[in-house]
Amino acid sequence: MVRESFQEQLSQLRNDMLQMGNLVENAIDMTAAALEYQDLEMAEKVVVEDDNIDQLQLAIENRCFSLLALQQPMARDLRFIGTALKINTDLERMGDYARNISKIMLKIGSEPLIKPMVDLPRMAKLTRQMVSENLTAFVQRDRALALKAAGHDHEINKLYKNTFTELAALITRDTNTSTVTQSVYLMFIARYLERIGDHATNLSEWIIYMITGERLELGDMSTIVINQPEA
Amino acid sequence: MCDKNKMETRNLNLYYKGFQALINVSFPVKENTVTALIGPSGCGKSTFLRTLNRMNDVIDGTRIEGEVLLDDENIYDAEVDPVVLRKQVGMVFQRPNPFPMSIYDNIAYGPRIHGRKNKDELNEIVEKSLQAAALWDEVKDRLHKSALGLSGGQQQRLVIARVLAVDPQVILMDEPASALDPISTAKLEDLIHQLKSSYTIVIVTHNMQQAARVSDFTGFFLNGEMIEYSVTNTMFTAPRVKQTEDYITGRFG
Repeated sequence: MVRESFQEQLSQLRNDMLQMGNLVENAIDMTAAALEYQDLEMAEKVVVEDDNIDQLQLAIENRCFSLLALQQPMARDLRFIGTALKINTDLERMGDYARNISKIMLKIGSEPLIKPMVDLPRMAKLTRQMVSENLTAFVQRDRALALKAAGHDHEINKLYKNTFTELAALITRDTNTSTVTQSVYLMFIARYLERIGDHATNLSEWIIYMITGERLELGDMSTIVINQPEA
Repeated sequence: MCDKNKMETRNLNLYYKGFQALINVSFPVKENTVTALIGPSGCGKSTFLRTLNRMNDVIDGTRIEGEVLLDDENIYDAEVDPVVLRKQVGMVFQRPNPFPMSIYDNIAYGPRIHGRKNKDELNEIVEKSLQAAALWDEVKDRLHKSALGLSGGQQQRLVIARVLAVDPQVILMDEPASALDPISTAKLEDLIHQLKSSYTIVIVTHNMQQAARVSDFTGFFLNGEMIEYSVTNTMFTAPRVKQTEDYITGRFG
């Protein structure tokens, strides 16, 4: 094997990416628990630990730019580093959404809830599953698994629409201030979870690019656009 | 970018005595584009380049099978005059090789051999060629000084001007920047970019970043075979063949 130091640096980048993925996966996991059990300690932890995600994001970006400048990577190495840069941003943003949700929970979680938490924890678990499957796809270079991960976004979107409709109906029926306030907060949570799902779909797209070089638009799985590289 | 094949090889085999240096190479060279040939030392890329203007003819024991077409005519047909061919398909080598004469005479040399004697006409050819090779401004005040006094980068552009002076259609370059410093290399690459609007260029280079920067199409050679031919962008981001990937990512060997 030639270019050993380059290989070594690529493998460090891979480890950093996995760590980043794990941090975000944990953040979403804890957010799901905070939602399901109104566990405010968990919510507090998500908010505090988001700093680690932000710091790691910077470190990964620096590593990527150094590799680009110093090693002039080509082909699969280039795709790997480009993918790392892109999904690094997506992961960090997902961490931010988890933090935002947890902050809301810290505000409303000690009050009695206006409706039982069913769909929101379910959405959170689905986003976590997307991240988890994508990380495995990233490590094992498994295109099918990355595609499967993106497939869950459809269900998340459905739950988002349901939640939104329900909460909107609730506000119309009961204009009590605390009901309205909590409904709006819960709508935000639903929206953040839906956004996490979209970023997790980006992960799938970039991981597939990393593996094969093909550019897929997986936004709506019913109309997949496939752009093969020019021959 | 034009889609017409300016040159094309079909099932090209080349033997040096008992050794087969090119194996069944079918390769297009599109008009008004830059095509880069990459591959490890001894892979056949320079040999292939030299088949495009019959430079291998002068090497004893060389035998060729298959076709090399220039505008759909086989350049190995008996009636083709290699001297005329090399005027149409010019070559620039690794080390600049100016003749030991003035800058002016270097450029006028080719046109004179091909019968151009009129002084005004020669003056015009010299200026136009030096302009096209992006060298005119640097040498216009010393046209009658020795070309050997130029820097390496200037000498290489002089050699390109000398090729342009005989009005070629295709320019072959065999590692033209390998003896040049980074600034001269950048100037040469800019020049290659400018020239492709009027000429078709094929360049052999060991520097993959250079191939990526200057070319529209890239061919990867290995052990005498053309392994992969692609749009350059695809070649360096998502090559199809594993051997190509291993070579351009430095995992080769």
